[in-house]
Amino acid sequence: MSYNDMRHFADSWGLVFMALAYLVLIGWHYLPHGRESSRDAANMIFEPDSEQTEADHG
Amino acid sequence: MEKLVMKTGGWFAVALAAFAAMLAAADSGFAVHMGIVCAAALLVAVFTMRSADYQALTRGLLKMPADQGKYDDDPVRWGVIATVFWGLAGFLAGLYIALQLAFPALNLGLEYTSFGRLRPLHTSAVIFAFGGNALIATSFYVVQRTCRARLAFPALARFVFWGYQMFIVLAATGYLLGITEAKEYAEPEWYVDLWLTIVWVAYLVVFGGTILKRKEPHIYVANWFYLSFILTIAMLHIVNNLSMPVSLLGAKSYSAFAGVQDALTQWWYGHNAVGFFLTAGFLAMMYYFVPKQAERPVYSYRLSIIHFWSLIFLYIWAGPHHLHYTALPDWAQTLGMVFSIMLWMPSWGGMINGLMTLNGAWDKIRTDPIIRMMVMALAFYGMSTFEGPLMSIKAVNSLSHYTDWTIGHVHSGALGWNGMITFACLYYLAPRLWKRERLYSLRLVNWHFWLATVGIVLYAASMWVAGIMQGLMWREYGSDGYLVYAFSEVVSAMFPMYLIRAAGGLLYLSGALIMAWNIGKTIAGSPLRAEKPMHDAPYDAQADRPLPAAQPA
Repeated sequence: MSYNDMRHFADSWGLVFMALAYLVLIGWHYLPHGRESSRDAANMIFEPDSEQTEADHG
Repeated sequence: MEKLVMKTGGWFAVALAAFAAMLAAADSGFAVHMGIVCAAALLVAVFTMRSADYQALTRGLLKMPADQGKYDDDPVRWGVIATVFWGLAGFLAGLYIALQLAFPALNLGLEYTSFGRLRPLHTSAVIFAFGGNALIATSFYVVQRTCRARLAFPALARFVFWGYQMFIVLAATGYLLGITEAKEYAEPEWYVDLWLTIVWVAYLVVFGGTILKRKEPHIYVANWFYLSFILTIAMLHIVNNLSMPVSLLGAKSYSAFAGVQDALTQWWYGHNAVGFFLTAGFLAMMYYFVPKQAERPVYSYRLSIIHFWSLIFLYIWAGPHHLHYTALPDWAQTLGMVFSIMLWMPSWGGMINGLMTLNGAWDKIRTDPIIRMMVMALAFYGMSTFEGPLMSIKAVNSLSHYTDWTIGHVHSGALGWNGMITFACLYYLAPRLWKRERLYSLRLVNWHFWLATVGIVLYAASMWVAGIMQGLMWREYGSDGYLVYAFSEVVSAMFPMYLIRAAGGLLYLSGALIMAWNIGKTIAGSPLRAEKPMHDAPYDAQADRPLPAAQPA
């Protein structure tokens, strides 16, 4: 691939792919399940077991 | 027993090989480095022999497997101590070179103590030694807690810690000896680069391995930031340091790139070292320790995910803004500028996310000095990520570039954001790691907070004045078309600002010394300092009684 081809790929399909990847990665968390799982994830560090030096054996 | 003999013998063999390389070295710097490697290998060999449990070996006992119900915190404890130590060393070096700029006699007329050699010593000591140890220590702490699993590959984790210290020692001594690739923030020569690559891959294996054996289904967002930091730094380090050594027994090497390609590779590395080492890695600390200290979940978990992906997608393109008005093609300069400006959004989103975590608990800023430090760190994260995009705009850059404004900008980020969040995390970790009820003194944390804050304000303000003055004086034309000021006149005009900057640095260093004392006393198990609590509702025993019955007239 010459420099010129690469340059044109980067500002056409490459750019489209990157933008879509970005939107999908963020949009994923705005799907209906997102609110609940985000709340769980944010509170995960406060679950009582994680406060102690003993890890979960489960 | 055979295993012990093999291990010790292996270390002796390494020492012997290093000794041979020292004798056959092509230059004195390489010889000194091989001498250091030899000494380190001998030390490890002796330590391996001395620390072996011979009684267990003679009785043929197998080593007890580690208790998987306990977190493996030894490397974290060493990391906390190393962070404090390297921080002091780096701040002291910074103060010294600041004074050198004001008083050139402090170069002492020796090559080893000249500004050109001490400056990379300072930058690497604060970024890689202080910041790097803080990142390794906190990442090992956080990944275990958020994955509810003991650290994977404990031996490798120890290798990561000690191997990284070895990298720091080789880099620092190399700068003093004049061994340099002359690439900013990547000065170490080829063999030190190779060593760091090995250590870094081991770091990735330990961190990634712990994530893989996690007991929690979800990977907490702090780990995303840590992982992106580890992966990106590996990629940047390898590409930027592609070079060909002149001799396998000599320090010197030549870069694989030349001219403007070399410059662009250098700043692609340099800016992403800021973006992924000093930003993503420290944001990982923020996303775990700020909610923990505030005892509230992060304001918006979804915002933290937008913050993450936006930084990942945008930061990597911002490097060319370091090369405005150079031989770099114009479109690349503009690209760097545009992506830098787009970074405004996620950076401020992240800052707001961190600050709003305190929503409903703002009183903690008054009562908890550690929270106060975290809030100041986030405020400086916001300020420096506002200033950075501003300075990347070509018109602004034509004034600010090559001036001390840049130095001021870097330090408002480094002292304010990286320094403050690291101090807060160290204060959070010390009592927990050494099983103390609290820190030796919270009042001393408050002293540290104010010394550091005033220090940063003096530093940033003096460098704004110095930088803008410098930029304006450089570009001042008279009516005859000649430059009005000679370069030397600009230098002498900077003198008062350099003194103020050094005073700021002295305050910042004093704060760090207080921290070292406080954390040292906490670790040593000294009785907690008897002190008035930071905040307490007043109690008046006299007033605390029912009203007496009314007296008859």
